[in-house]
Amino acid sequence: MLKIDGISSHYGGVQALDDISLFQREGEILALIGGNGAGKTTLLNLISGIIRPSCGKILFKGENIVSFPPERIVELGIIQVPEGRHLFGPLTVRENLELGAYRRRGKHNKKKISEDFKYILQLFPVLEKRLNQRAETLSGGEQQMLAIGRGLMGKPVLLLLDEPSLGLAPLVIQEIISVIERLRKEGTTVLLVEQNARAALRISDRAYVLETGKIWLHGTASDLLGTVEVKRAYLGQDSMAFSIR
Amino acid sequence: MDFSQQIAQYIVTGLTIGAIYAIVAMGFNIIHNATGIVNFAQCEFISLGGMFMYSLVVLFKVNLIISFFISTAGVALIGALIEIGPIRHARSKEIIVLIFLTIGLSEVLRGTAQEVWGTDNVGVPAFSGENPIHLLGGGTIVPQHIWIFAITVLVMLLLHYFFKKTLMGKAMRATAVNRRAAALAGISVNRMTLFSFAFSGALGAVAGIIIAPISTTSYDTGIMLGLKGFAAAILGGYGNFAGAILGGVILGLLESLGAGLVSSQYKDAIAFSVLLLVLFLKPTGIMGYGEAERV
Repeated sequence: MLKIDGISSHYGGVQALDDISLFQREGEILALIGGNGAGKTTLLNLISGIIRPSCGKILFKGENIVSFPPERIVELGIIQVPEGRHLFGPLTVRENLELGAYRRRGKHNKKKISEDFKYILQLFPVLEKRLNQRAETLSGGEQQMLAIGRGLMGKPVLLLLDEPSLGLAPLVIQEIISVIERLRKEGTTVLLVEQNARAALRISDRAYVLETGKIWLHGTASDLLGTVEVKRAYLGQDSMAFSIR
Repeated sequence: MDFSQQIAQYIVTGLTIGAIYAIVAMGFNIIHNATGIVNFAQCEFISLGGMFMYSLVVLFKVNLIISFFISTAGVALIGALIEIGPIRHARSKEIIVLIFLTIGLSEVLRGTAQEVWGTDNVGVPAFSGENPIHLLGGGTIVPQHIWIFAITVLVMLLLHYFFKKTLMGKAMRATAVNRRAAALAGISVNRMTLFSFAFSGALGAVAGIIIAPISTTSYDTGIMLGLKGFAAAILGGYGNFAGAILGGVILGLLESLGAGLVSSQYKDAIAFSVLLLVLFLKPTGIMGYGEAERV
């Protein structure tokens, strides 16, 4: 479904990504793990068309989408839930969700959109009481749920989740993980970017480990979960292990 | 005419001119929210609205209502062209560079208007005659004041409906809040910016058209009105929707009462003193409170 082929990216002279290649099958949960500054978010923004690579191809269902503007990529069903929420703060929760369905605007979708709206509220019941509240008044966990809900309103073919667990309480993380698992059952393909390797590997099928702009390891999630280096680098306290190795 | 009648008269005039300032302020706000820039070509939108109206109604004898819509659409188109051309293709996207660009564009538009229409002040007929209507309090009001008021209220209601109820309006607000998140929701940021310029063009034109029968119009009437609209926007809280209305009305009333009770020579000074005071004392304006809701 998604194939990234030899992507490099520079950020004002500094190389952020160096010759990255990876692929993702339809229906798969793929995890992209790595520490701060490894280039995970850069990669997602390249897929979403927010930034342009210096070279390489991004193929979605066989089509090279590298030069597409963001709105055309969303149009294809590639929907990113950005890091740090990036909600429309002064707009209400309801308006945020409505705008999630922006790519499906038009009369014939009205009924389906309102069905999805109900579905999101069923996934995240806390949002129902907050519908007419400004998004910026929500708690961190609620904001993350709203961000995911807004992404889902776009009916993603490929959902890009950037650090959904960042700064959240374990209970909320658990809730979000169960939502991701539910999405998988429903056939949504998910690309999950995480620093929290343990949680990411537990729910994903395969994973790539990114380190300072390069792919350091890849394999099935269960294999990686067993890999000593990953354990030491990301699961244990010794987070320096990678740079020292 | 006794004193209370006089006051009533000043208030009516103040509200009318305040309504104009509010529309102009709204035009500044819409572009500011979409792009972060102050669009000084807003002044020219006002002049062009008035001059288009004059050309159609007086020179070409076109029906008043049709002229109104053609003039508004024409200036909206000019606004759109400004965005599609110079603003979108500016090599630097620095706010300050874009602001200077709008000043340059404003000069170009004004210069062109001067070539086309000359420098004379010209009149546009009032929408429904000049016979004053007597008010209950004893003051009088010319029908054009009622038109200005009614059209302003209508424009505000339409804007309110657009921004609060339609998906496109919400998308514009979303773009104002967070361009990146808007792009990730599939909203074309370029298109929203384009709309904001077209809207501002239309708003400027409406202001220029409805005031023309009262104050006459010329290639540069927009400068003073535009700058006062800008002052109204600052007073209300730059970028704030309700603030634009409040700022416009307050400024209009101050100006009218000041001119009437003190001296009409100070009319323009009042607006700009208010602007300076606000900038010194509370730069966020009346309704502005940091990251408050914009649009």
